Amino acid sequence: MTPLLEIRDLRIEGRSDEEWHPIINGVDLTLGRGEVLGLIGESGAGKSTLGLAAMGYVRDGVRISGGSVMFDGIDLMNASTEEKRSLLGRRIAYVAQSAAASFNPAHKLIDQHVEAPVRHGVQDRGESIEDAIELYRKLRLPNPEEIGFRYPHQVSGGQLQRAMTAMAMSCRPDLIIFDEPTTALDVTTQIEVLAAIRDIVDQFGTSAIYITHDLAVVAQMADRIKVLLRGDEVETAPTREMLDHPREDYTKSLWAVRGYHRPEKPKPGPESVPILAVEGVTAAYGEQVVLNEVSFDIHPGRTVAVVGESGSGKSTTARVITGLLPPRDGVVRFEGEALPPSYRQRSKDQLRQIQMIYQMADTALNPRQTIAQIVGRPVRFYSGLKGRKLAARVDELLDQIEMDPAIYRDRLPGELSGGQKQRVGIARALAAEPRLIICDEVTSALDQLVAEGILKLLARLQDELGLSYMFITHDLATVKAIADEVVVMKEGQVIEQGPKTEMFTPPHHPYTDLLLSSVPEMDPDWLDRLLAERGVEALGEAATDKM
Amino acid sequence: MSLWIWLLGALAAIAALAWLGLWAARRLSGNAPRYRDMSYGVAFGYALALAAIAAGVWLWMKPGAVYFRWAVMGFAVCAVAAFLFRLAGRHLGPERLKRQFRKMPLTAAFGILVILIYAFVAIFAAWIAPHGQEAVLGAANVVPGGDPAMGGDPAFPLGTDRIGRDILSRLIYGAQNTVGLAFATTLLAFFLGGSLGLLAAVVGGWLDQVLSRGVDVLMAIPSLIFALLLLTIASVWADGARGLLTFYMVLIIAVIDSTRVFRLARSVGIGIVVMDYVEAAKLRGEGMGHLVFREILPNAMAPLLAEFGLRFCFVFLTIASLSFLGVGIQPPLADWGTMVRDLAQFINFAAFAPMVALAPLLPALAIAILTVGVNFVVDWMLHRASGLKS
Repeated sequence: MTPLLEIRDLRIEGRSDEEWHPIINGVDLTLGRGEVLGLIGESGAGKSTLGLAAMGYVRDGVRISGGSVMFDGIDLMNASTEEKRSLLGRRIAYVAQSAAASFNPAHKLIDQHVEAPVRHGVQDRGESIEDAIELYRKLRLPNPEEIGFRYPHQVSGGQLQRAMTAMAMSCRPDLIIFDEPTTALDVTTQIEVLAAIRDIVDQFGTSAIYITHDLAVVAQMADRIKVLLRGDEVETAPTREMLDHPREDYTKSLWAVRGYHRPEKPKPGPESVPILAVEGVTAAYGEQVVLNEVSFDIHPGRTVAVVGESGSGKSTTARVITGLLPPRDGVVRFEGEALPPSYRQRSKDQLRQIQMIYQMADTALNPRQTIAQIVGRPVRFYSGLKGRKLAARVDELLDQIEMDPAIYRDRLPGELSGGQKQRVGIARALAAEPRLIICDEVTSALDQLVAEGILKLLARLQDELGLSYMFITHDLATVKAIADEVVVMKEGQVIEQGPKTEMFTPPHHPYTDLLLSSVPEMDPDWLDRLLAERGVEALGEAATDKM
Repeated sequence: MSLWIWLLGALAAIAALAWLGLWAARRLSGNAPRYRDMSYGVAFGYALALAAIAAGVWLWMKPGAVYFRWAVMGFAVCAVAAFLFRLAGRHLGPERLKRQFRKMPLTAAFGILVILIYAFVAIFAAWIAPHGQEAVLGAANVVPGGDPAMGGDPAFPLGTDRIGRDILSRLIYGAQNTVGLAFATTLLAFFLGGSLGLLAAVVGGWLDQVLSRGVDVLMAIPSLIFALLLLTIASVWADGARGLLTFYMVLIIAVIDSTRVFRLARSVGIGIVVMDYVEAAKLRGEGMGHLVFREILPNAMAPLLAEFGLRFCFVFLTIASLSFLGVGIQPPLADWGTMVRDLAQFINFAAFAPMVALAPLLPALAIAILTVGVNFVVDWMLHRASGLKS
């Protein structure tokens, strides 16, 4: 039997600066009927481009320069627009990364759902609506009869992602391409979507290409895994074989990232004064209370991880500490001394002691300033160094973040990679010579290998300079790697806090337990086990509760 | 009625031509993807373009269509000049400049060439112009073209106006007066609107409210009427002093136009203020000056520069219209708006003496070409700033 999809020696080029640059250099891909292939790689590896090419489609400014794409005996490279139109949506469907951005906000979900079946003449509108409700039920969406008649903004992110999967299923396609469908979701929501996608693909025997950068996720979903690196295939193997015995060095290094672990530092003595104490802080945006009686301490030289899902108030806590959002109630103490609520009232030295590193390095660095200007400004502002001394200090800081001053001094942020930008963000924080650094999701926008480098750098700087970190993250793997203490937040409240080893050993608070158990593991049976433990019914209820 | 029948017939013919052409192209090329995937709409577009070219050729052949032939020739000359200019830019000068020219579309090259020529003429007007702008040289109403048989005079290639001043010289001095004043006005408008707009974005709160509502009030009044009203008041204050009146005019137009700049600077600024790097600078304890001029202004530069080009055109046209209405640049100073007004009645001769009607069209053309040129450059800068590279 011929495979469903066969890609041979595919070459794709992208146009930038008036020249064509290769994106994919000759990749082969074979997908059998009912098979799920996982495509993994770092950003820029060409995963999405390859996924789209499997539909015979390329984005603007990109062209296919060679190779062939055969879908069930049809040559997609030479198919006419008419032929492709009859295939796409009907026999090949696509699920995008951000369902929130991909649904048209002006139309109800159901109207967007029925479009493909009605246009392709598969079903009429009435049948299609019934079928949609059935699919919603299969995907365990709450209120399957009614949810379709809502607008996209009235439905949560995880539910939208499942509604999009249902939409892709509407014509019962032979192939679905999932492009990072769970990357933008919280861990607890991710589980529901993963389980739903896997079930429905199983039930209808659909083939799928599952694109992700998260190894643990792909381990749950795929029968086979293909690893891509800068447009080249590294290796392909069945999932279990790939996980147990990766052949190539690159694959091994990807696997090893999860192994980084930093032992917990000894507990501070009873007389130790916390460098930062948050005491009973309540804060609100207008009338909306977002923080409720939040209290925790950070002791010198230690890393406190603040964990929670989006909307739990982690970043708001950071805004209160830095003084951007004066609290309604409670105080923030720095070395026992109460800080003025607003940053405008704080002294230059108080401002210097607490620095921030941001999640999105792109927006954290002024795109019109050179690296030397970005890093040099706080040095000059706080210490008043000028001329040669300033330049020497900037060089020293760049050396500390392991970037060669001679090469990078005069570059603009746009000329750096994501990891390098994040390093410059760290250098800018260090330039103020602070005691405490607030790291707001500093690794979540980075590839795993790069993120590991940043974590190691932060750990080294902590040892050398005696820094304290407040580490805001939703990624429990990061917490396991570097935290000394953990604060779990939910809906603006601290649910549980304590030293890392205690937090990661049962018994937990039920919410901590839910968070911990939702972190995907590199074990292909993990999702099955978890679903069995929780019970599928309970999962459906959990989804309803989250509304 | 017959016109409608004509139009319908032409459309039907074009539609048939498109269908036939598409069918033939598919047959002849052996169903190549290019023609196979071409929709009927695209084919209709090609047929329409073909028909337009045919109509152009037919019009060219007609003996009466003098202006059409001139326009086509002018267009060709401009295109060739722009091409040569870009070619020169690609092979002469420092490497950075060459790289800019290599990526430049022809329209942008044309715009830059026009701006350079205007700037040169404006700066060296006193040396280039054969006569003074106020000099009355005897023969009035000399026809442009310099052909004595047609009523011209080789000494005045573009003719003279009603009281015998050389039109060429006045055009050249007009560049100095009109363009120079427009430039000064736009700079002032940007200084006012830009700094206040960015300040409103950074400070927010009541200052933003006061400034924005004030701007709303100014914008609610039609700008030309408002300018006329204020100029009438100003002319009483100026009490006949010409220089003072011009100064008031610059001030009034700058204030009215700064409202538009304020709006843009504020909206761009608000987008930048929420960036993390501005937050980082605030938390560092930086003052307002550093925030506005070091962190925000460099990032707002691209849209502001583009707006500068557009605003310059509008200011320029406003001054020309005010002069045309008689309250702008005062005679005997040469100014393109005033020149159009003074020579306007010659347009009545267009049907039988194209050369005579050219006189009022020349200053109008000078305004039009600069406006088009500046807009081409602005489009190009916007395109570059938006990061669209295709």
